Amino acid sequence: MSLIRAAALGLLLGLAGCTDTPSPDPDPSTHGEAGTGWTALPADDLQSGYAFLQPDTQALQDDDFSNPGYLWVDRGAQLFATSEVGEPSCASCHGAGDAALAGVAARFPKVDPSSGALINLEGRINLCRERHQNRSALAYESEALLGLTAYVAEQSRGMSLAPDRSAPAMALAETGRDYFFTQRGQLNLSCHQCHDQSWGKRLRGDTISQGHGNAFPAYRLEWQSLGSLQRRLRDCDTGVRAEPLPYGDQVYVAVELYLAQRAAGLDIETPGVRR
Amino acid sequence: MFAIRISAPERATPGEIVELKALIRHPQESGFRLNARGVPIPRDILTRFVCLYNDQQIFAANLYPGVSANPFLSFHTRATRTGTLTFRWTDQDGESYEDSVELVVA
Repeated sequence: MSLIRAAALGLLLGLAGCTDTPSPDPDPSTHGEAGTGWTALPADDLQSGYAFLQPDTQALQDDDFSNPGYLWVDRGAQLFATSEVGEPSCASCHGAGDAALAGVAARFPKVDPSSGALINLEGRINLCRERHQNRSALAYESEALLGLTAYVAEQSRGMSLAPDRSAPAMALAETGRDYFFTQRGQLNLSCHQCHDQSWGKRLRGDTISQGHGNAFPAYRLEWQSLGSLQRRLRDCDTGVRAEPLPYGDQVYVAVELYLAQRAAGLDIETPGVRR
Repeated sequence: MFAIRISAPERATPGEIVELKALIRHPQESGFRLNARGVPIPRDILTRFVCLYNDQQIFAANLYPGVSANPFLSFHTRATRTGTLTFRWTDQDGESYEDSVELVVA
């Protein structure tokens, strides 16, 4: 217990030591959040998490062979082409070939026109399974769902994120933005405090990134596995000692949308490699 | 599902040094970790890797619990004659996984 407390104190002190209180800005129009004095990330200074990696890790992502994320992409390619008896495979509708769904991942999460719910790529794959393939939805972080998501997203590799900005999506992104700016957990930190205000500074031997999701599903060396953006969000929530939301929660999907809008213009790097 | 990725040139000239790369999907569970309930997770590792060139061993490695998940190996060999390169991993229970590629030397 005392160890945990000491670690928590260390983390707080570490942050307090390197986080200046936001300097009062005389021009309120430059404030990201009216009245709070918080400044949002400048749109002309977006940096992918790739920029914060060690050269070795960057090399791992750049080499399509040694990038372990491609193990899941390969698996997804197999699943995409496989069908159960009497049911169509993904490829029967979307077409075979490794560019059939190029550019699609860049537009997720988006509002599903028929239900009005916000869905991410994982959710879209599960909807397809239920609506068109008569199969059950895949569990989050299952090998099959990670594989299919990585396979589809990899086809948009190198394309810029072009998130949904329709009116219903903007309303939902507001929920995600609120989550991003809300301080939570025993450490009482918001996403904003690390990833907008303190990126580039050091935290526990690592450099704080700007918190973009453009490489996900990504292979994290810490996980020794591919993982979804929601797994990453849960890790951050756990990191500030907050109760993470369940996988697939609408609020997390809204956070994904807010993150995509925040990172608009960055290229998709799936399957990325992260520390 | 044990996915394997192999990288080897399809053609080589006699005497050429070629780079071979092999990646396998495996948890390499060290046996030293505890699960969320504090119970040790049983060890599950690959212990041996061999590469055969026309059934002759050209590279071998012993793997231990310190090796990361999804181990990646890269090594070189001299292309001598057309033949098959076999990559074989054996786990702690003696079960093996292998894949092979053809190398044309001309």
